Amino acid sequence: MIAALASAAIITALVAVSIGPVPIAPSAVVGIITDGLFSTGHGDWSDSAQQIVWGTRLPRVAMALVAGAVLAVSGAMLQALVRNSLADPYLLGLNSGASTGVALVVLVIGGGSALLFSGAALAGAIGAVLLVLMLAGVANRRGPLRLVLAGLAVGYALNATTSFLVFSSDSPEAARSVLFWLLGSLAAVQPLALAAAAVSAVIGISILLVIAPMIDALASGDDSARSAGIDPERTRIALMVGVSAMVGVTVAAVGGVGFIGLVVPHLARRLAGGRHRVVLPISALLGAILLVAADTVARTAFAPQEIPVGVITGIIGAPFLLLLLRTPSSSIHAS
Amino acid sequence: MIEAQAVTVRAGRRVLLDDVSFTAQTGAVTGIVGPNGSGKTTLLRALVRAAPLSSGRIVLDGDDLRIRPRRWIARHVAEVGQRSEPDPSLRVVDEVSLGGLAEHGVLRSGGAAFDDRVADALDAVELSHRAFDRLSTLSGGELQRVALARALAQGASHVLLDEPTNHLDIRHRLEIVALLRRIAPTVLIVLHDLDLAAEVCDHVVVLHRGRVAGAGRPAELFRPPLLDAVYDVTTHAHPGPDGRARLSFSLPSPLPLSSSHEKESA
Repeated sequence: MIAALASAAIITALVAVSIGPVPIAPSAVVGIITDGLFSTGHGDWSDSAQQIVWGTRLPRVAMALVAGAVLAVSGAMLQALVRNSLADPYLLGLNSGASTGVALVVLVIGGGSALLFSGAALAGAIGAVLLVLMLAGVANRRGPLRLVLAGLAVGYALNATTSFLVFSSDSPEAARSVLFWLLGSLAAVQPLALAAAAVSAVIGISILLVIAPMIDALASGDDSARSAGIDPERTRIALMVGVSAMVGVTVAAVGGVGFIGLVVPHLARRLAGGRHRVVLPISALLGAILLVAADTVARTAFAPQEIPVGVITGIIGAPFLLLLLRTPSSSIHAS
Repeated sequence: MIEAQAVTVRAGRRVLLDDVSFTAQTGAVTGIVGPNGSGKTTLLRALVRAAPLSSGRIVLDGDDLRIRPRRWIARHVAEVGQRSEPDPSLRVVDEVSLGGLAEHGVLRSGGAAFDDRVADALDAVELSHRAFDRLSTLSGGELQRVALARALAQGASHVLLDEPTNHLDIRHRLEIVALLRRIAPTVLIVLHDLDLAAEVCDHVVVLHRGRVAGAGRPAELFRPPLLDAVYDVTTHAHPGPDGRARLSFSLPSPLPLSSSHEKESA
């Protein structure tokens, strides 16, 4: 199944690169990419096609692959760690922190480069998670519920701050860029942000795959975890911090794309059972496919006007979640 | 053998366990009984280092628990919690196999020998036919048996059980009771049902408000003065069909609306 999904992800990505205002045949896309990587020679495509593929579409699709995988994997992780099927990657207020960071930069400094926005988002996300951990008390022994509550509280407070900042500025331009960040967008992918997200995704997901049986034990409850020789409280916090760091880098690159991290893990568990050594890679591939597809729709449906990709994932995700909840659940603690 | 030596556990200012000492001998089933809130579950948690000790120590076959890594503890002590709520998307065999994680780690599988142990454990709790079903399809009693199977697969020399018969019907309760003697050399079990405790335990520790109110063989211990004081009831002992006394209880001074009510222990 993993091989089939991996092939599906590659095909989706190729099709996504070929779709756009200037259509490029998928075969030409393959030629352009292999030529760029291995200098296999110029085929019968135009230089402008080459420029479009390498300059705009390929980075964008690559970013969607990475972000989709990271969001889905971290959603699966947080659902397992707090043993709640409604957890998503933004549970610890990460998303709200990122948008507050961007709002501050946009409204106080009055604009800036995309890279500055990414930096502000990352700083905001890290700040939010640290605040949540501090409020919940890192050493507390009450299980994950307090973390969830602290995450909610910090999230609401930061959202209120962001709304206030946007409301108090009279620049509609600023308000729009903050909104774009809140909903998520792959319109302006920075090479540096893409590289950082890809590297952190590869490192993070590899580590998670190695320790996957420990995650099974944690998801199965504290007594299962202790039976496996794991300190449930400490391991849970350590994994939450690690996963949040990985998501933080992604959110800094693409903003708060919703629903992928909530819905995809349910689907993966439905397909693959509960063992995280299988659930995590399947989540990653499904998330990647879904975000590439959603982003392609986002940039082409109302072209040349672009809609935030978060709108598309929300439109697909919400009914999908309801559908999953209708059938007898096999996901983590659906109650 | 598990020895608790002057164990005190605090949560903030509240004292949950106060200077508790007892020994659970190898080859015996040791019971822990006591009213709600007397510290039974806290004691079990302390024994697997899930509740930090304020003072005292816990010694396992001569080893102080504090200086041992968690994986060592997991190889020597298995626990079966009161309510088992494992990840419902796991299959039965996956959950039971978690019992081997402390032994072989995350990178290696347990091999054929461990697979046999898992199969034997599922056999022992009569769940072999459901090995590849998801936990979401199991009943509460079956989940309880899965937790027992996991403890069996763990192969630990000490097993701690918190009310393991709570969700079980009569037949499966009897089966688990029969299994208790074979589950591990040292068994420590928390029970509410004093008749059941008298039946399965060689030695019983009675907890009351975080302190040991009495310890000894159940036949000697389960007598009116002690139980009346600990549970705040009036205890009646009746001779049972096998000669062993059965207990029944009533409220000490008849309450206006429930004067004729007799409260059974089970």
